Amino acid sequence: MFFRPLLRIVPDHTKINFMNGRHAGLIVSAVLSIASIILFITPGLHYGIDFSGGIIMEVRTPAPADFTKIRAGLDAQGVKEPGVQRFGEDTSVLIRLPVQPTEAATQIIVGKVRAAFEQAQPGSKVMRTDAVGASVSDELKTNGFLALAVSLAMILVYIWFRFEWQFAVGAVVTLILDVTKAIGFLALTRFEFDLVMVGAILTIIGYSTNDKVVVYDRMRENLRKYKTMPLRELIDLSINETLNRTLGTSMTVFLAALPLALFGGATLSGFAWVMLFGIVVGTSSSIFIAAPILLFLGENRLRRDMAPVAAKAG
Amino acid sequence: MMYFSRLKTSLVLGVCLLGLIFAVPNLFAAPSAWVPWRAIHLGLDLRGGSYLLLEVDMAAVIKERLDSLADSARQGLRRAGVARFVVTPQAAQNRMVVRIEDTSKQDVALKTLQELGTTVGNQTVARPDLEFESTPGQIVVTLSAPALVDRARGAVQQSIEIVRRRIDETGVVDPLINAQGDSRIVVQLPGVEDPKRIKDLLGKTARMTFRLTDETANVSNPVPPPGVDFLAMEGGPGGKIAVRRRVEVDGANLTDARAGQSPQTGEWVVNFTFDSIGTRRFAEVSRNNVGHPFAIVLDDKVISAPNIREAITAGRGQISGSFTARSATDLAVLLRAGALPAPLTVVEERSVGPELGADAIRAGAIALAVGFVLVMVYMAVFYGLFGWFANVALVANLVLMVAILSLLEATLTLPGMAGMLLTLGMAVDANILINERIREEAHNGRTPLNAMETGFRRAFSTIVDSNATTFLSHVMLFIFGSGPVRGFAVTITVGIITTMFTATMLARMLMVQWYGRNRPAALPV
Repeated sequence: MFFRPLLRIVPDHTKINFMNGRHAGLIVSAVLSIASIILFITPGLHYGIDFSGGIIMEVRTPAPADFTKIRAGLDAQGVKEPGVQRFGEDTSVLIRLPVQPTEAATQIIVGKVRAAFEQAQPGSKVMRTDAVGASVSDELKTNGFLALAVSLAMILVYIWFRFEWQFAVGAVVTLILDVTKAIGFLALTRFEFDLVMVGAILTIIGYSTNDKVVVYDRMRENLRKYKTMPLRELIDLSINETLNRTLGTSMTVFLAALPLALFGGATLSGFAWVMLFGIVVGTSSSIFIAAPILLFLGENRLRRDMAPVAAKAG
Repeated sequence: MMYFSRLKTSLVLGVCLLGLIFAVPNLFAAPSAWVPWRAIHLGLDLRGGSYLLLEVDMAAVIKERLDSLADSARQGLRRAGVARFVVTPQAAQNRMVVRIEDTSKQDVALKTLQELGTTVGNQTVARPDLEFESTPGQIVVTLSAPALVDRARGAVQQSIEIVRRRIDETGVVDPLINAQGDSRIVVQLPGVEDPKRIKDLLGKTARMTFRLTDETANVSNPVPPPGVDFLAMEGGPGGKIAVRRRVEVDGANLTDARAGQSPQTGEWVVNFTFDSIGTRRFAEVSRNNVGHPFAIVLDDKVISAPNIREAITAGRGQISGSFTARSATDLAVLLRAGALPAPLTVVEERSVGPELGADAIRAGAIALAVGFVLVMVYMAVFYGLFGWFANVALVANLVLMVAILSLLEATLTLPGMAGMLLTLGMAVDANILINERIREEAHNGRTPLNAMETGFRRAFSTIVDSNATTFLSHVMLFIFGSGPVRGFAVTITVGIITTMFTATMLARMLMVQWYGRNRPAALPV
């Protein structure tokens, strides 16, 4: 541990025929992504107040929260359509209310919730109040999606400049498949989709691209090194050669995000779980999706495009 | 390539040392005000406090501009001898329509109206603020697009000034007040758990006017006579008062306002002092209207309408109403700070109690520590000595990140802490790429030195490519995001920059030093 490495993830000279599983990989991925899109349409994402507007109050009760009493208290105060849920610990309650027409109405309803808690469980304390108006949430939502779209476009352009277009297409198609799955995961788990989640998805995109760049870099190198090797063999060789890298880099990020999911507190755990999911998806897609797409885009074209580049690189 | 000159070594060490120095201010409080002490700010989500996003009512700003334009137009046209005209401000279309019955006066009228226009912008690109469209019998005066932008910017700047004065009066420490976009103001109030009082203070335009009343008007009529408004009494029951529209003295002419108790009755009052213009006007009006009521109007509500007993020439006065200690103090604050150019509405509000922030810091710190240890153990187990080099680089990376964030005086938010942890997880990725490459080159039969050199060189472009994309997407997040998520984007982008340094420069230097001292025949890979 202090001088020589103790373990390897996979032994050297591993030769797994990943391309044998290319159809299976693509089909599984396509099915998952289609399922995710369906989940996105119905039931849809659980938008946080950043994006939906409304009021959120986090209340800490002196003893474990008594939801029957709290609901009754809210009802008695005439608070309409409150969303009441446990938040992390059992003394923590999250109240969600729809957007109020005016600032004064917001003030009044927040006061009513306070009163309801005072009545249900005296000594309760409001820890946090967030109120987002409809105009702001619309803007935040537009900007959030814009950030996602622009990032994807920039990654496409970057990879296009640094690699051949086949790689760029392969990477972006894979990224889109990754992102749809992350969104499906969000729809399934009902984690709130807010600006921080956009941050998580952008990190997944960036991270997943890292993985693809590692594999693609090796393919490009091997394309120059083994000019006659069939593309299928070459892709398998490249994946196997970089397997320790692909898995190792994922492991470290996974290990960093895991404690966040476990002890990071209620606010960050959703973010961290999405990250963990994204790391697993991103790593497997580097092997099973990004590489096969290149194979489908064709050996002849890739080699022909490579030739002048290789000559230039000398 | 693998040779590190003395200069380069000391440069790398120097950067690390500087990082350490700049990171220190986060651990201690500033020893004195004279020592430059830049530290990371804790975001409101970590230290507790309130965040308010206020929107300036631009429709009101435009309406006011058009109303005053209409007033000037009427006066100007009358002076120019244009008889029979109708001036209608149309706020929704940002314009004012002037109808003239006598079309022979059209040119005179147009010329008069054109004189009302000024220019906006700076000397080099001055643009007219009004656009004219003249058809027989009608002139349409429209506020130009640059004029609207200029108005909006002016209103936001002016509002920020007033908001700052009002908040300063409440004694909140370190409030941050900034413009956001074209019509919004961000107010951050550290330590303020319940911003209700501040919202109340900011929710009033606080335009105070002193006006005469119309004692002949019948307030039960549905429509007030021309030049008169029926205004409600503040706090009182439904009764209304007929108040003349003409403003005799404006609240802008006040120099001071203080809450106090009336020595006679003991009730709460606000004492105010006029400036010289206000004193002169007030004296004149009160002298001419002894025995008549005088309305003190705040935001279209009459606070009080006392009878004038004698001419008031000293420029001092007193407002009594149904005040409590609190409401008298608040009114005094509002009057001292001045009126807002337009109403403000709260469009977003977030407040976090200090306990929740402390909990978040604790949870974040635990996660950070555990994640850090896990990553280091992983590197040690899977990469041995070279893994430890990476770990040293990782610690330096954390220090440098903290140093740069301190120098930028960046705000650390809860998502920002998550970003730090993720950055640390991704930082060792660069070392993994390098180590794997070195290992591969060594297995291909290169000498240790050659393998290290080739490993670094070949891995470098991969590292740049993979970090560049993450960097780009987080720059986008910073541009399009707002609030705590920006903290996340900042930590990740800063982290990528420090990673490029520690993973490639520092780790490499450690390896070279180690190699130079031991000259091993084989690498521990």
